[in-house]
Amino acid sequence: MGNAMSLKNKVAIVGVGESDIGKVPSMSGLGLNAQAAKRALDDAGLKVSDIDGLLTAYSFTEPYTMLGSSLCEYLGLQPIVCASMVAGGASPGIMLRHAAQTVALGLADTVLVCAGENRATGLGRDAAVAVLAQVGHPQFEQLYGGLIPGYYAMIARRHMYEYGTTREQLAAVAVNTRAHALLHPNAHMKTPITVEQVLSSKPIADPLRMLDCCLVSDSAGAFIVTSAERALDLRHAPAYLLGIGEKHTHEHLMCAPSLSDFGATQSGRIAYEMAGVGPADIDVAELYDCFTIVPIIELEELGFVPHGDGGAFFEAGHARIGGKLPINTHGGMLSHAHAGAAGGLFGIVEAVRQLRGGEGERQVRGAKLALVHNEGGILSSHCTLILSNQKG
Amino acid sequence: MQMSLPQPEPNADSLPYWQAAREGRLLVRRCTACGERHFMPRHLCPSCWSDRLEWVESEGTGRVESYSIVHRAPTAAFAAVAPYVIALIDLDEGPRVFANVVGDDAFEVAIGDRVRVTFEDRGNGAMIPQFARVKR
Ligand SMILES: [Zn+2]
Repeated sequence: MGNAMSLKNKVAIVGVGESDIGKVPSMSGLGLNAQAAKRALDDAGLKVSDIDGLLTAYSFTEPYTMLGSSLCEYLGLQPIVCASMVAGGASPGIMLRHAAQTVALGLADTVLVCAGENRATGLGRDAAVAVLAQVGHPQFEQLYGGLIPGYYAMIARRHMYEYGTTREQLAAVAVNTRAHALLHPNAHMKTPITVEQVLSSKPIADPLRMLDCCLVSDSAGAFIVTSAERALDLRHAPAYLLGIGEKHTHEHLMCAPSLSDFGATQSGRIAYEMAGVGPADIDVAELYDCFTIVPIIELEELGFVPHGDGGAFFEAGHARIGGKLPINTHGGMLSHAHAGAAGGLFGIVEAVRQLRGGEGERQVRGAKLALVHNEGGILSSHCTLILSNQKG
Repeated sequence: MQMSLPQPEPNADSLPYWQAAREGRLLVRRCTACGERHFMPRHLCPSCWSDRLEWVESEGTGRVESYSIVHRAPTAAFAAVAPYVIALIDLDEGPRVFANVVGDDAFEVAIGDRVRVTFEDRGNGAMIPQFARVKR
């Protein structure tokens, strides 16, 4: 990391917002972003004129060439900082890092970060699957019928082979996450599921079944970053950024340096070092969960449990609210919402809410330190961030 | 309507690879500076950045590192042949490749299986490398 200036305690997230979630045919993708942004602005108690920076990610459904500029235009913003960042599911964490740098260096005062799209109704399930197939390498993966669930299925199969992770443990992740979604007023999924239902859901790519896979939702999320000083004057207690780290190892799984060691270990280490905390200090974790195998691997790589113990942790109920380490308290991408880069962004939104307190049945009591992990591609790009309601 | 499976679409990095495949040969890139062999052909060596590369023929034998049986195919063409097996295979020379495991016993595939390259006709002379389990 060289002699990089630490971002610790420099900035805070002061506003968060979610659009309507689920099937929302009455809204466009940009409309969903606008709704989430407006809610985040109101949440922060800021005025539109306070925003002088905007970062967004990408949209499959509305693939504007310059999405950042298109969104600013739609919102009537003329900021001094704007970019569209494309790192798959890792984009929100990476956007937070760029927003933090921008604010810490004084290049802008208040940066709005938002992402999401109308992937459920703007694209439709079959079209979504076809578009996502294009994520595979055009010459060496698409030619063989490669697909995102298939790549993650191979990772799951390898984890089962190396560590004895079971099919039931994967199902426990889905059940755990669904139970949390039922406590969230805006979650896409509203009915409970059982391990048996996961195991008998439609096969997608062995060993993964339908209920091991994230949702396809219409949704967008937003958060607002400003300086730690400015944050004190706003509506809610600030969620300070204590640490943040990235690691990028590949894009296509065939080129990954390993099928069992991914970049979360190092992105986590950088974040922990910056924050000056370790895994044992974390009160709540929002882990990227595009497929049930993924939070198991992240739990292990981020140092919460030894390699191979992630599945048993979920199966024992330790990841439930009230358990040793509540994970994906909003319901994750498996049950709360998933639409492009919004999926991981909702983990950041939820972490901020948990740190403020007052989430009722969903609240992790006394949560002071929250960890969020975003990953993009096929465990290709990683970003880990640590937030707290107190300066570290 | 019968939809046909896709054909390779070579670019400047991969044209010799696909031309050799048409003749039933599996090529990988070898760096003459550091000796590293790589798959997904590139303009330079991803290990040392030398651009002094050569094409070498693979024995076509390797081992299954992981696999999945795909039931929900990404396109209509693949839906017509589902379920099918996708796999990551480490060639004995080192590089990892992605392909289908094909053959009568493909669904019995397991991690650690020995496999050998075979070539699948995708029409118009296009042949693509695939792998079949080596019978014990
Ligand atoms: Zn080399």
